[in-house]
Amino acid sequence: MNAKIKIGVAIALLGCHLFILFPGFFAPYNPIEQNRDFPYRPPELPRLRDAAGNWHVRPFIYAATGDDAGTPARQAAVPIHFFVSGARYQIAGSLHSRYHLFGTENGARVFLLGTDELGRDQLSRLLYGARISLFAGILATALSLAIGLAVGTFAGYYGGVAGAAVVRVADFFIALPWIYLLLAVRAFLPLRLGAGWSFAVIVIVLGFIGWARQARIVRSVVLAARERGFVRAARGFGASDFYLLRRHVVPQTFGVLLTQATILIPQYVIAETTLSFFGLGMSEPHASIGNLLSALQHYDVLVSYWWMYVPAVVLVPLCLGYSAVASAVHDRFGKAYL
Amino acid sequence: MRKRSFLALGLLLFARSVAPNSANVEGGAGRSESGRLIADARPADDTIGTYGGRLVVPLRSEPKTLNPVLAADNYSRDVIWRTMGDLIHINRFTQQTESALALSWQVSRDGRRYTLQLRPDLKFSDGHAADADDVIFSFEVYLDAKVNSPQRDLLVVGGKPIEVRKIDAHTVEFDLSQPYGAGERIFDSIAILPRHLLEPGYRAGKFSEMWGVNARPIQIAGLGPFKLKEFVLGQRVVLEKNPYYWKQDRSGNTLPYLSEIIFVFIPSADSEVLRFQSGDVDLETRLNAQNFSLLGEKGAQLVDGGSSLEYSFLCFNQNDLRGRSLPEVSQRQEWFAQKNFRQAVSLAIDRQALVRLVYKNRAEALWGNVTPGIKLWRDAALPAPARSLDKARELLRAAGFRISTSSDGTPVLYDSHNQPVNFTLATSSSNAERVKMAALIQADLQELGMRVQVVPLEFRALLDRVFQTYDYDACLMSLASGDADPTADINVWRSNGAQHLWHLGESKPASTWESEVDVLLDQQLITTDTAERRRVYNRVQEIIAENAPVVFLVSPHMLAAAKPGLGNFRPAVMEPPTLWNADVLYWKK
Repeated sequence: MNAKIKIGVAIALLGCHLFILFPGFFAPYNPIEQNRDFPYRPPELPRLRDAAGNWHVRPFIYAATGDDAGTPARQAAVPIHFFVSGARYQIAGSLHSRYHLFGTENGARVFLLGTDELGRDQLSRLLYGARISLFAGILATALSLAIGLAVGTFAGYYGGVAGAAVVRVADFFIALPWIYLLLAVRAFLPLRLGAGWSFAVIVIVLGFIGWARQARIVRSVVLAARERGFVRAARGFGASDFYLLRRHVVPQTFGVLLTQATILIPQYVIAETTLSFFGLGMSEPHASIGNLLSALQHYDVLVSYWWMYVPAVVLVPLCLGYSAVASAVHDRFGKAYL
Repeated sequence: MRKRSFLALGLLLFARSVAPNSANVEGGAGRSESGRLIADARPADDTIGTYGGRLVVPLRSEPKTLNPVLAADNYSRDVIWRTMGDLIHINRFTQQTESALALSWQVSRDGRRYTLQLRPDLKFSDGHAADADDVIFSFEVYLDAKVNSPQRDLLVVGGKPIEVRKIDAHTVEFDLSQPYGAGERIFDSIAILPRHLLEPGYRAGKFSEMWGVNARPIQIAGLGPFKLKEFVLGQRVVLEKNPYYWKQDRSGNTLPYLSEIIFVFIPSADSEVLRFQSGDVDLETRLNAQNFSLLGEKGAQLVDGGSSLEYSFLCFNQNDLRGRSLPEVSQRQEWFAQKNFRQAVSLAIDRQALVRLVYKNRAEALWGNVTPGIKLWRDAALPAPARSLDKARELLRAAGFRISTSSDGTPVLYDSHNQPVNFTLATSSSNAERVKMAALIQADLQELGMRVQVVPLEFRALLDRVFQTYDYDACLMSLASGDADPTADINVWRSNGAQHLWHLGESKPASTWESEVDVLLDQQLITTDTAERRRVYNRVQEIIAENAPVVFLVSPHMLAAAKPGLGNFRPAVMEPPTLWNADVLYWKK
């Protein structure tokens, strides 16, 4: 992959993050709002040409309606408007707004990605859910790398029995069957874990699961770095361990850490998906990509409602994007230190 | 009187529960024709079948034993009861008793003595004759406290074990210490055991080791339509036709029609459906509504048997928490203890949405403790109030609650101490229907300003909290009655019942209404007049509905499917739903 493509991918990825950063604006509805007349409503794409063959300047949809039995039926065309007022949402945890990128003005529903079993808008849930999954991935990566850096630097720089012990502990952590342990741990956690705590638990769990591998990588970099000529020279001039670590050794791990970060984030996004898939992550009614995908555990959903796969499809370009960025970062920084 | 109710939580292990009923003075009887006895009480549209073929049936888990006395799980019973016979049997379709190994029976006027006349010429599946000695031996084993049969409690009436006496080779007398409301239902699912095979081991104190999963087919015999042919651990159990089975169809043909039944072990519901669609299995029982709709597209015989004996409910933790360090739960119990609070929750829940969205209209909304599937005992006059948020708010205000609006425009409910009302709702994470119901209830209660946090838990972790630690606020669960008789649920509704979920271990009734329910339940147990018993039990239903100790939600339908060629496929709501008439199932030519 040449450099221009990698830059393009990085920009696309950044745009994707911005998109997910403000789900309230891009999502037409509150992700937990149930539209009980529209369970498993298939996606309805905006149209410019109606059933009679007439063209429209403004995109429209055939709005979802429900009869008494909850069976959707088509009705009149409803124009889609932009920057419409709708459900109230928060921006960055403090500001409030009611403006959404698109919607209708007569209260008709637009389900661009269809609805789930409770009639909740899948697009809105995907945007809010991706935010949770992505940020869980980013924060857990930061936690993993921080622990890995501290432990790996200690083990690599000081070595000896303590270093060997740290390596064995890391091996032990890598070998643990985490999913089964987590299932058991969840049973003992307090029931009253709010959405914020659920999120924190995911981040902490992922962060702690991943530190061991990072520690081993950092240790190997530090082992090489401490024997470099300029480090030995500085030590010969009487530099303290703290100075050597801060000035010469730890900076040499940054390239590797950056590369690892771009690899870990998508891995942790998928790990969050796995945790939520098994009911260990965000709980109802909050969305994450994992609990959106957990609907696919059921055979009837698997074979009947194709739009429930969309969250999985979204993961693919996201992970590929991170992979491309990891490759670029490695080219730029990683090789210099290894 | 110790009563048993084999109620299954969540997983719905429909262990049979027997309850005495309507001991009229004269019992039923089989009919005699051409010197052979004919099964009676068959639905009129049972067709005459053709011989041969095998039926492949999925089983979620392999049997843990082949011993009918020790079997406690449904999967073992599904297999065992195809090979065993009982004296008087509950017809799963009509929910009434009918003669089985007992040709006729009589009940004394005081309702305490049953005299059963056995059919002549009964033979076990190994060809050995069966008589009153086998009956005496069977009851001796079931009543032996050392054997610890899960059905022993059933045979202890008024605190005393049933006394069994042989009158002659084909007549047995049973004495009860007090009249028993459900009458001859007590004899259902008490297997008559082959004394010649089991007595030596039993006398040697080795009964619990007998007829385990490693037993050889030659060591096992019963009076059911099939006998064990092969048990391959982890794979399958094969039953073959019992040539000595006593029953005939109405044309005098010996039963069963099928040559073999093969149980294959398939661990998940979705896998079962896939195997059914691929033609590997012939029968599907306990389908969920979603998979039921899928099979409808494949040309299978689908049966919606209507409301089952299962009912789901929302249960608030009202246990006595003294001595337990659960301050937050204790604080919320102030709300849960208020009838108005529970009634308001009940009024706010949109049961029709549960029926429509969770069960695709294959369930019944429920306001009482008896499902429509229990045809004989449901109080049809019980009120079914429509959802009304206004009435719910009135009830809450009357109880001192206050509803205000938060900054984001959503309602918030405060109690009389100005504390916001929020609680957790625990449910089984492995049950998709219940998780979905919890999400709907969460949204419904939000409209009253209650903040409900849904917590899906691994099923055993949930049971541990509900039955052991009491560390939960509210839970969403299901129970399934083991029998279509009031006595089946007595352990739930009696204040000291082992399944009195919302308040376990009550040493005495916690309220006057619970006290009244206890008295009425005891009264119906010894009432032999059906009309009077119904009146008493209707009153129990009224009290429970009025006081809403739990909030009843829905009763799902019994859904089953079979391949198109299976004749006499007539699922019932009682266990086992599809194999209860295995002796008359046949493949159409």
